[in-house]
Amino acid sequence: MADVVVKTEKVVKEYRMGTNVLRALDGIDLEILSGEYISLMGPSGSGKSTLFNMIGALDLPTAGKVFIDGQDMGQLSQSQIAWFRCHRVGYIFQSYNLLHVMTALENVTLPMIFAGLSTSERRDKGAELLEKVGLGERTHHRPDELSGGQRQRVAIARAFANGPSIILADEPTANLDTVIGREIIDLIKELNVDQGVTVISATHDLKMLDVSDRIVDIRDGLVERIRNRDEIEIQVGEVGGH
Amino acid sequence: MQQQTRGTIGQQIELPFMESVRISFQSLMIRFGRSVITTAGITLGIAFLVSVLVNNEVTVAMKESGSKQEITTLEEEEAPGITMKDKWLIIMSLIVCVVGIANSMLMAVTERFQEIGTMKCLGALDRFVVRLFLLESGFQGLAGALIGALIGCFGSLLLGLKDYGLDLFFYFPLLPVLDEQPARFGVLLIILAGCVLGMILSVIGAAFPAWRAAKLPPAEAMRTEV
Repeated sequence: MADVVVKTEKVVKEYRMGTNVLRALDGIDLEILSGEYISLMGPSGSGKSTLFNMIGALDLPTAGKVFIDGQDMGQLSQSQIAWFRCHRVGYIFQSYNLLHVMTALENVTLPMIFAGLSTSERRDKGAELLEKVGLGERTHHRPDELSGGQRQRVAIARAFANGPSIILADEPTANLDTVIGREIIDLIKELNVDQGVTVISATHDLKMLDVSDRIVDIRDGLVERIRNRDEIEIQVGEVGGH
Repeated sequence: MQQQTRGTIGQQIELPFMESVRISFQSLMIRFGRSVITTAGITLGIAFLVSVLVNNEVTVAMKESGSKQEITTLEEEEAPGITMKDKWLIIMSLIVCVVGIANSMLMAVTERFQEIGTMKCLGALDRFVVRLFLLESGFQGLAGALIGALIGCFGSLLLGLKDYGLDLFFYFPLLPVLDEQPARFGVLLIILAGCVLGMILSVIGAAFPAWRAAKLPPAEAMRTEV
């Protein structure tokens, strides 16, 4: 059995809104295996993005623990968390989150600056990554000169900059049309298979279903059910048959 | 089941200072239009302050020079030195300058919260983010204040020429005269002080929001809407 990469233990997250307390996560227990492609699915407000933030050390849980590679994220220092985000995780966002003052290449090499790579190493590795995502010709274009799909490709290249073991993708296709969205999903899946990275994606894009190894349905801050790919394929078939 | 530990978590490295200078300078240059608007806030504040101060210096210098033929205002009757009205103007201009600069920098940093969150996702340390913004605001403050000080000085010079004619050049208070009561700072010192003040104010104005944003968890920084 593959190693457990991510493990959450009774993760609770509450947001305070004035006098009200909103419980976005209500005790999530989840294990994700190395090399898996996991989709966190659920309607808006179900807590899937919150869970995504907890797994990526982008926010701290109110209660409960998140372990990544056996490390309790709550025990890490600021410097260790920064190192972790830099080396272990690659983030892909719905709105790409590229720095618009930088070119595609500079965006991809930014995490390498944080990892301490030299200028020439960064340039070579950045160009190679952009080539891999099909943007070899566009290294010196800035995000506003690229289409949505191309921007997301830059973001994917950036996510892979420091050879992460986990890719976290938050609604990566939500701002893209069906065809481009499909291409982005295929690209992420390809990298998932080639590089053996674990992909965890929060999504409600049904196109994600047939590339996912498992689907975790989140509802009202709880894991509603976990489905394996074979169960999903049947369901997809049914939907298509109607 | 407990997972086995695969590789330990390292400590994030510090970045070379020059790398921060390069990134912050580049960031300023590329969003030039936005930088100019922010800088204009600083420029105007400092221009106002410097013009009031220089005007004051010029008035005092000309009064002392005895070149009173052109002076027709009530101030003629008063003793040389800073009057209540002048003091009031200086205090007002200082307040306008401080509030204007703080506001410009606050806006400029707040609209970049998402960028700060993104940088933290990519592995930036809090202090790296803060340093980047301090450098940017420092460059901006210095450039804006220098331009503002020169504009303010030039404006006062024109006003002085109108009031005193070419006599102004004979008695122009360029250098400080510190052994007088009250001390006169001279135009050069005022320009220098204007530059330093503009830079300090813009750095302080940027430091607070940048520090606050850098301390936030990235998810929260990226969620913040302006």
